[in-house]
Amino acid sequence: MSTILEMRSITKEFPGVKALSNVNLTVERGEIHAICGENGAGKSTLMKVLSGVYPHGSYDGEIVFDGETARFGSINDSEARGIVIIHQELALVPYLSVAENIFLGNEVKGRAGLVDWNKANAEAAKLLARVGLDENPVTPVGALGVGKQQLIEIAKALSKEVRLLILDEPTAALNDNDSEHLLDLLRHLKGQGITCIIISHKLNEVADIADRTTIIRDGQTIETLDMSDPASTQDRIIRGMVGRDLEHRYPERTSVIGDEVLRVEDWTVYHPTQADRKIIDNASFNVRAGEVVGIAGLMGAGRTELAMSIFGRSYGRNISGHLYKDGKEIKLGSVSDAIRHGIAYATEDRKGYGLNLIDDVRRNISLAGLGNLAPRGWVNGNEELRVADEYRGSLNIKTPTVMSVVGQLSGGNQQKVVLSKWLYTDPDVLIVDEPTRGIDVGAKYEIYTIINKMVAAGKAVVVISSELPELLGICDRVYTLAFGRITGQLPVSEATQENLMELMTIERDQPLPTKDYVS
Amino acid sequence: MNAIDSLRDMITRNMRQSGIMVAFVAIVAFFAILNPNFLSPTNLTNIVLQYSYILILAIGMLMIIVAGHIDLSVGSVVALTGAVSAVLVIRNGMPWWVGVLAAIAVGLLVGAWQGFWVAYVGIPGFIVTLAGMLLFRGLTYLVLNNASLSPFGGNYYDVANGFLNGLLGGYGVDVFTLVIFGIAVVGYGVSQWRTRRGKIAYQQTVESLPLFVVKLVIVAAVVMWFGYQLASSRGLPLVLIILAALVIIYGLVTQRSVFGRHVYAVGGNRHAAELSGVKVKKVYFWIFVNMGFLASVAGVVYSSRMNGAQPSAGNMFELDAIAACFIGGASTTGGVGRVGGAMIGGLIMAVMSNGMQLMGVPQSMQQVVKGLVLLLAVAFDIWNKRRASVVR
Repeated sequence: MSTILEMRSITKEFPGVKALSNVNLTVERGEIHAICGENGAGKSTLMKVLSGVYPHGSYDGEIVFDGETARFGSINDSEARGIVIIHQELALVPYLSVAENIFLGNEVKGRAGLVDWNKANAEAAKLLARVGLDENPVTPVGALGVGKQQLIEIAKALSKEVRLLILDEPTAALNDNDSEHLLDLLRHLKGQGITCIIISHKLNEVADIADRTTIIRDGQTIETLDMSDPASTQDRIIRGMVGRDLEHRYPERTSVIGDEVLRVEDWTVYHPTQADRKIIDNASFNVRAGEVVGIAGLMGAGRTELAMSIFGRSYGRNISGHLYKDGKEIKLGSVSDAIRHGIAYATEDRKGYGLNLIDDVRRNISLAGLGNLAPRGWVNGNEELRVADEYRGSLNIKTPTVMSVVGQLSGGNQQKVVLSKWLYTDPDVLIVDEPTRGIDVGAKYEIYTIINKMVAAGKAVVVISSELPELLGICDRVYTLAFGRITGQLPVSEATQENLMELMTIERDQPLPTKDYVS
Repeated sequence: MNAIDSLRDMITRNMRQSGIMVAFVAIVAFFAILNPNFLSPTNLTNIVLQYSYILILAIGMLMIIVAGHIDLSVGSVVALTGAVSAVLVIRNGMPWWVGVLAAIAVGLLVGAWQGFWVAYVGIPGFIVTLAGMLLFRGLTYLVLNNASLSPFGGNYYDVANGFLNGLLGGYGVDVFTLVIFGIAVVGYGVSQWRTRRGKIAYQQTVESLPLFVVKLVIVAAVVMWFGYQLASSRGLPLVLIILAALVIIYGLVTQRSVFGRHVYAVGGNRHAAELSGVKVKKVYFWIFVNMGFLASVAGVVYSSRMNGAQPSAGNMFELDAIAACFIGGASTTGGVGRVGGAMIGGLIMAVMSNGMQLMGVPQSMQQVVKGLVLLLAVAFDIWNKRRASVVR
């Protein structure tokens, strides 16, 4: 094997912060090289240096690509050399067709400089075949799922004759099937001689696919592991990432379970625009004080829809069913009703639905509980700052001040801001939807600790997640949701990934398991 | 966090505001040097009288823009409310206050109408108010039968042209005006001091005491000088009192009230606001009602200043008000902007128009310059945002 990329003692400073300090990275030709590190460790900065987003001269150190010293002035320079980066947030235009997206900025020219669409579509079809996607090139991208969109990004990269493909959290938004397909494709591309750098938080994935793994912490290279070495375990990677042993990935908790706090009965919800489509079908569940209840379901099972329809009818129409809070029936017509009744919902989509990214930490934290700060309609600004600062301390939100803009925090810290917002409304029931998506190991542990603190204070928590180990690690009880139906519930002592998965894949018209499964 | 970091943070955060303040001072200095009459008592009074209605409109426009909408109809609403008032007072001989109340009622109705379409039907404000611009202009022509009405005279005329002076006598300068300005300065000082005390009590960083005092003294000196200039001309314009009251009230509403916070939250991320319990539709509805109200106030002031109502009154006012907001640092995508900024933005437009008029710059050239200033202000804003994001 020869070396395709060498980044030597890269140092990148921002005013007041050293984002990278003497980072070294060596990538061999034709390997899959994983980069692991906590959020904010400097992985993205390193990739931005590599791809020319931070141009040559704005950093110290040397990049040698393919035997030549590279001085990329912009992302176009690096792409011309065959380095393509695919970001976590996909850069596709939903209204344009697959072919138009693939050749965007790189159009197939025909006579008189006009775009030759026949040729473009034919080329696109070839590229789609290479990534194993059976779609018509004229389909608008927006009509396809995230998994397929990810593949289109790769096809786009292939169209640029990519030699080094960089994927930033490619599977964060994908379900297990799509992830598996994507990883297979990467192995296949590797066979064709394409080198790949993959940034991922999913360590089992890294263990599965990577030839070597470089660990970065606090802007420094910790070590590069050869993954064929049996000593390169997930625990070893975690230790390198967080700089300490994480004895347990889930904090200890002794459950003290009290009375029922929230009960949902016969909950049925229809799609907001397709009036005959049932999204939630007669779902019933409950949660008790001091209890963490999990809801496990695959993508599209209706997890978020279930939570949001309960949370003040924020989703769906023709909602029927009953809600009981502390044994009394309640009706929640709006989000503010739900907040008033002590129910909080932290969304799975932090950026789209959870935070005002252009505003500061303080105002994001106070938004849902603004009434507490403004008894007569006027906000007490000083008290607001005090509250925000208090949460910054107790939840360990890493930000220079609470006046900093939320959009500039890392994912884990943004999630803590979302949780702070809901903790400040002093809820009895907190529903958290994918609370640790796109968050590094250390921050996950902190989020779990926050959940534990809530239940220790006698509150009830509902955790929606597609990560089964997480549910098994933090819940007392787990419900399974499949095609809008609650298909079973298991105490965590009886639940395994296998029996949960079995319940999660019961199809719409299959009979539910007998009652003994539902303990 | 150390002191330098916090200072840098403060400067970065206030760059939009302070940058525009510096620009304002520079423009004033520029015209003052080129034309000694620019800072004369009469001319300063004139600027206040001439542009007050644009500033009043800019207050409401700012809230609409922060919420992520735009209102193109305000010029037509100014015309319509002025016309209704003129029909009642001039044609039917009703008392002046009936005209004022009727204008405000019409403004509120117009606002509720537009708010309904935006909030509850879900049509973008741009479209609703584009329709409104035509609709209310047409209604103005109907109400006035295509003809101007004048004069109002009397108390109605005084709204925009009257002065409070002579109440306490004086020798060449109006003592009453000076007293009012004195009270305002003292009030400002006291409120700043209390804010500072509150911050200290909550252990927040505040600027050092000398800096604080210097800032207060400069503000007081400028305000008192302005007051003295007015006092040596014709006294305190009534319309300035109206404007000052509106600026103070809306400054508080936008920065300190729950409603104001909700406007910013909706503009920043509508979905997140909705899921945090903000009633987005209500916010949309009420900002348009509020805009209707302020447009009617501007309508009264403008018709009073013109001493009559014309079918074409208020033409293009919406663009001046929108420009004031954007020059003052409001974001085109919503969620960002302050009343104070919009006022400075409006004053920049006012000072430039007035300054160029004094210098005898032709109308055509004035338009060119104003257009460029708007463009540069927004370019500065974008450059500033990019710079801020690279810093991180």
